[in-house]
Amino acid sequence: MKFGVIVFPGSNCDHDAFYAVGTNLGQPVEFIWHDSSTLGAVDAVILPGGFAYGDYLRCGAIAKFSPVMKAVRRFANDGGLVLGVCNGFQILVEAGLLPGALIRNRGLKFICREVRLRVETTDSPFTSAARKLQILRLPIAHGEGCYFADERTLDELEAEDRIAFRYHGNPNGSLRDIAGILSRERNVMGMMPHPERATEPLMGSSDGLTVFQSMLRAGVRV
Amino acid sequence: MTPEMVAQHQLSPDEYQKIVSILGREPSYTELGIFSVMWSEHCSYKSSRLHLKKLPTTGKLVVQGPGENAGIIDIGGGYVIAFKIESHNHPSFIEPFQGAATGVGGILRDIFTMGARPIAVMDSLRFGRLDDPATGARNRRILSGVVAGIAHYGNCFGVPTVGGECLFEPCYDGNPLINVFALGVCRKEDVFYAKAAGAGNPVIYVGARTGRDGIHGASMASAEFTEESKQKRPNVHVGDPFMEKLLMEACLEAMQTGAIVGIQDMGAAGLTCSTCEMGSRGGVGIEIELDRVPQRETGMTPYETMLSESQERMLLVAEKGREEEVYRVFRKWGLEAVEIGVVTSDGKMRVKEHGVTVAEIPARELADEAPLYDRPHTKPFCGAGASACQPPGLPITVQDALPALLASPDSCSKRWIWEQYDYQVRTNTIAGPGRTDAAIIRIKETGESVAMSLDGNGRYCYLSPREGAQLAVAECCRNLSTVGAEPVAATNCLNFGNPERPEIMAQLVEAIEGMADACRFFDTPITGGNVSLYNETLGEGIYPTPVMGIVGLLKTAAPLTIPFKSPGRAVVLLGGIGVCDETRFGGTGYAKEILKQLWGLPPALDLEREKRVQSAIREIVAAGLAESAHDLADGGLAVALAECSVGPAGIGAAIDLDSDLRPEVLAFHEGPSRILISTAYPGKVAAIAEQHGIGAPVVGVTIEKGMEIRQRAMTLGSWEIATLRAVYTGALESYVR
Repeated sequence: MKFGVIVFPGSNCDHDAFYAVGTNLGQPVEFIWHDSSTLGAVDAVILPGGFAYGDYLRCGAIAKFSPVMKAVRRFANDGGLVLGVCNGFQILVEAGLLPGALIRNRGLKFICREVRLRVETTDSPFTSAARKLQILRLPIAHGEGCYFADERTLDELEAEDRIAFRYHGNPNGSLRDIAGILSRERNVMGMMPHPERATEPLMGSSDGLTVFQSMLRAGVRV
Repeated sequence: MTPEMVAQHQLSPDEYQKIVSILGREPSYTELGIFSVMWSEHCSYKSSRLHLKKLPTTGKLVVQGPGENAGIIDIGGGYVIAFKIESHNHPSFIEPFQGAATGVGGILRDIFTMGARPIAVMDSLRFGRLDDPATGARNRRILSGVVAGIAHYGNCFGVPTVGGECLFEPCYDGNPLINVFALGVCRKEDVFYAKAAGAGNPVIYVGARTGRDGIHGASMASAEFTEESKQKRPNVHVGDPFMEKLLMEACLEAMQTGAIVGIQDMGAAGLTCSTCEMGSRGGVGIEIELDRVPQRETGMTPYETMLSESQERMLLVAEKGREEEVYRVFRKWGLEAVEIGVVTSDGKMRVKEHGVTVAEIPARELADEAPLYDRPHTKPFCGAGASACQPPGLPITVQDALPALLASPDSCSKRWIWEQYDYQVRTNTIAGPGRTDAAIIRIKETGESVAMSLDGNGRYCYLSPREGAQLAVAECCRNLSTVGAEPVAATNCLNFGNPERPEIMAQLVEAIEGMADACRFFDTPITGGNVSLYNETLGEGIYPTPVMGIVGLLKTAAPLTIPFKSPGRAVVLLGGIGVCDETRFGGTGYAKEILKQLWGLPPALDLEREKRVQSAIREIVAAGLAESAHDLADGGLAVALAECSVGPAGIGAAIDLDSDLRPEVLAFHEGPSRILISTAYPGKVAAIAEQHGIGAPVVGVTIEKGMEIRQRAMTLGSWEIATLRAVYTGALESYVR
């Protein structure tokens, strides 16, 4: 299964995602430059963390206009697997591929720490390798990770079983403890915690592999 | 040129005469500005250079010593690391956020200018007291601003900030210290130097446009602060970490084309410094045309353009005919790259505007012939008077003193600071902040890791600059050894007051000499660094604060961390309980926080013994015999024991000490050369300690609940772990709020 990692000029977790998939998951992976209008022959796309175009405006607000995002949108609409991590999640909500918004952390400070996440659904190509309600240890590193949406959207996400992860100990004020959500078709997921930073024991946790292994499973099934 | 204009440029009449004799004529106004920044203390090291020569700078692993943008060390496997520490003290006082942010930006450029990708940052910070009624509010604002600035720049750029230190003293009230260390890695054959070569080769400007920001920043950093300093806010630069990220990626990629001859960043003294230094190093001249310099403001004079310290700019020399290869890379990253001049063979730095020469100065004389001063220095003040040597009677017990010390700003957990830093990006952080004595970053390509530690103790250095500097070197090396790393090389940041005062100059000389001896002894040559003088406000100098940064090497493996892991393990005090008389107790954290005094001399250091303790711990770690390890530092044994106990497992210890020392001295003295470990193999540990000729008493055992210190069966204190953890982890946030 071939992964593509999108590289915006300010992406800084692109190499980490590449390493996690290429070395620790052992799958083929390539970088896709932000001004590319096609994705090439990839089976899944990762939008990595970072500061896509500096993010001096709103995180992801400029990235959504980049050429590669048109290709990502087409890919997602065709049912391709799209994982957005941290800045990638911010870009996905700005681009309208996922609902809601990510606003400044409740404490107004950047937070880097390990958090515990509860797997809320295993009915998705990103969580199928996990057990329902399993607790994962993953790092967060963000200043704008407070998930926000109106009540109706939140109810809808819950009703449609589209909340992938909830914080077990909410670090940033996210509504209903939401850490990661799925698109309606369940082939797009955004999450603030970094699964690529927890893919081998030397990183302090290997729990993030679950996400990539789930994707691998889904990709092979297709 | 009037004497007033010369004085305004902080040049002495003698210095002005030297300029006239170098040029063979009076300088123009632009030339005067150029000389004034290049010959400022910040750029020329004119007060310190003579003494810096005493430092050891060579060693078998040293690829590049001082004189380049960063030092370089061979780490084997075909890879090298580049690292250096720099200060951004003055700008951070005037504008904490941008001052600190651009401090990070500056040191990162120094690293990637050498061809190395930055993979770690650490910070050594000093602030005034947070709870002072008069200055506390300002100090808290400076602390918050500095931390946010470092976070802003490092997090966006994508380099992990993996550790450091942060201490508080009234002497830093009007003059905080912001020292930033950065480390990068590259293949040995990919190292680049800041040297121009090849007459006729194009000189190319890349990165951000030039504005009026930061003009005379280097000169500002070379003067004491006065009431008017607050007016200097426009001298502080504004940073753009996104631009810096693009610049790094583009530079590293452009270097791979093979079309670049030499490259230097524009930091202090901007375009002036980069042109004359590159010319001087290569023994060539450089001619530039200011009309071609990308500018973001109109109507800038040559003086302003040459002295601007706008951030995120680089100057490079490319091979003639291959410019397009370079331009293509910069276009890809959306950056401007403009040919602004040419390398010449006449050794002159020639600046033109509209084709008319506005400055013409021999590059070598400008860069390397700066005045050199052997400033007078007295015997340093050393040790406070005998009258203060007797501490007043015991105000509180060990039982009460420990929580008080753990809650002090110096000793408490710095989590509030380091949680604002992304310390994991690039997934090389084997040990980040707060878990180990030294930070550890792996090099994925080689299977090796690099450990790094920063240390400086202004109180010790105030009492004895020579011993204080040695203690800092010893402490850094001990931190590295405690995680199993072999110390290999060092960088230093020398923060001192006004060198024109003989007693301050004496501190500088003594500290450098002490540092030189210790670095020679531990075989950790200094490969570069920074000197920051004139750290005074309204005539009040800071404590002499030399900060060491030392790096070590070890095999990549799971790190040996500080917290106790399981109950029933032997607690061994490697190096023994140590000795301390009252004179040597006066610089401790206990004396400061509990007695509110400072007297005597710093803890006594026996270099030979220190080295044996470090060899022993490295052997113990390599053999996998220790389950936890933590060296004794600020707050001595009791604080170290508490730090081992407040880990996630909540495993404490009960120890019983066989000693004649007074209880508070026993618990809190800061004698060096001691490491606290927990082990399931006390016999094997004892055997290794014996081979190295050091004491390693088993002082107690790890336990499920609580922490207890006894002296010959008499209880000095016993605590709940939860209580200790609460004060230790919550203190800093409560001060800041």
